[in-house]
Amino acid sequence: MSPELINLIIQATGESLFMVAVSASLGTLFGLPIGVFLATSRKGELFAAPAANAILGVIVNATRSTPFIILVVAIIPFTRLVAGTSIGSGAAIVPLTIAATPFIARLVEGAIREVDAGLIETASSFGATPLQVVLKVLIPEALPGLVLSLTLAVVSLLGYSAMVGAVGGGGLGDLGIRYGYQRFMPEMMLAVVVALIALVQTVQTAGDYLARRVNRRLRHR
Amino acid sequence: MNVHQSLAASRPPEPFPPIAPDVIAEDAMVRFEAVSKAYPAYRGKPSVKALEDIDFAIPRGAITGVIGRSGAGKSSLVRLINGLEKPTTGRVIVDVSDISALSGRELRLAQRSIGMIFQHFNQLSSRTAADNIALPLEIAGWPKAEIAARVSELLDLVDIADKRNRYPSELSGGQKQRIGIARALATRPSVLLSDEATSALDPQTTRSILDLLANINRELGVTIILITHEMSVVRQLAKEVIVLDAGHIVERGHVADIFTHPQHAITQSFLSEILGDAVPVSLSSRLQHQPTAGSQAVIRVVVRGDGGDRLLARLSRELAIDAALLSARIDEIGGQQVGSLTLGVPGEEAVVARVLSFLVQHRFSAERLGYVA
Repeated sequence: MSPELINLIIQATGESLFMVAVSASLGTLFGLPIGVFLATSRKGELFAAPAANAILGVIVNATRSTPFIILVVAIIPFTRLVAGTSIGSGAAIVPLTIAATPFIARLVEGAIREVDAGLIETASSFGATPLQVVLKVLIPEALPGLVLSLTLAVVSLLGYSAMVGAVGGGGLGDLGIRYGYQRFMPEMMLAVVVALIALVQTVQTAGDYLARRVNRRLRHR
Repeated sequence: MNVHQSLAASRPPEPFPPIAPDVIAEDAMVRFEAVSKAYPAYRGKPSVKALEDIDFAIPRGAITGVIGRSGAGKSSLVRLINGLEKPTTGRVIVDVSDISALSGRELRLAQRSIGMIFQHFNQLSSRTAADNIALPLEIAGWPKAEIAARVSELLDLVDIADKRNRYPSELSGGQKQRIGIARALATRPSVLLSDEATSALDPQTTRSILDLLANINRELGVTIILITHEMSVVRQLAKEVIVLDAGHIVERGHVADIFTHPQHAITQSFLSEILGDAVPVSLSSRLQHQPTAGSQAVIRVVVRGDGGDRLLARLSRELAIDAALLSARIDEIGGQQVGSLTLGVPGEEAVVARVLSFLVQHRFSAERLGYVA
């Protein structure tokens, strides 16, 4: 493989990492509070607001049930509004974030719901505000689950980021389609697949390690 | 009061002070006034009346037991005291404030004067022992330096300073409950609610935790409310007891009185659990209705009050009857003897009659169970 092609792969990997890093960060920024709210707003819960909970649940489900490739195309006007263009890695961050947010919200909800209700009651009996319960009890206690959830989200985003290549989003997917598929370069396709596998492996291993580090529940048992 | 002093090297609890007159309202630490609590029907479950017509006053500085079977309304009672739930009717007064009327910031401030320990310890797995104790102080907004000093004091108080950097998963049940007690006392509450705090512990650990609570009550003057389904816990620690059944108070009073003269069936059943009232099978299987030549009459004596320990000696001295002790169980509860003896005396009717009348004279309740060869 020529040095130019290797350079292309390195550049595309960088673009993919950039898209995933930014969209995962933004997705967490939006998804974490939504997830916490979903987990604490049913009847009788910390921030009880059953109607808001139901409406938010429907919105989250609607976003999640739209196939990602359709979502990318459907929101092109919105993407243009936000990013100024609908082409390239920067623009791809918009649909990636919109797909990541509800996904992360549901994962966060699941992780938060795993926390023993007795702990919420305990903190409340000490006179904790609902916000204190979230910050001092729910999030720290759910941290191992949250780390694994975010790992899963990042891995999914790597897959999505390859998909935006189909609509000119840049990154490894773009490279694979333009060189591997349209220019009939099987070695390029192979390189792209290997790079993606390596990225997923690295992310998953790092996530597993981190989740073990923050888990105090089973250590030394 | 020196909180640095370790209370864990437990002295045996001192004998109970003489019986005090009924608590005057102003002296009460916790007061329920015509409280009832009903939960509305929800998701197919019918509505439940958890508590009805509850009136009582818990004296300041005392240890009071609340005993009941599961479903008697104990949990509702706890949640009404710590303000996590509101009564359907009536008022709950803790110290000087009507906790059932408070909400928001005022309620949260009041809750800091109520410490609570739990059956399942309820500690954050993500925090070390010291950081778990610090939690209520962080919630109360104490400055960091003061939290650190207070946590060290508390670790010494419950004698577990060597475990300060351990996580709950590395601690035993007894150690976790010590951390729980330290955490409950962190904000210097005036009431300590113990919700089945020893129910998940083995007897020996239970004993050490109860001793610790007794010491804390004595040294710090904290009012302690023991919610439990175990009479042995009440017996060991409490001065007064409230017996709860199906949402009602069925009996209450001084532990010694309740134990010596239980009125309600549920109290009696709690008592028989710890007294082992049943006659041993080896004896009951041999019992006959009619005397035979040389058989012994079996007499069961219930001891509630005094004199059970000297009964054999007195029968021998005063009636010149040698009674055999077939089974016996006598406990001391609040300075009073409570238990039962099963005696074997010579089977002649005249002898049995003399023994029975002697027992009745001395205010033991006694019955003839039968005869054994």
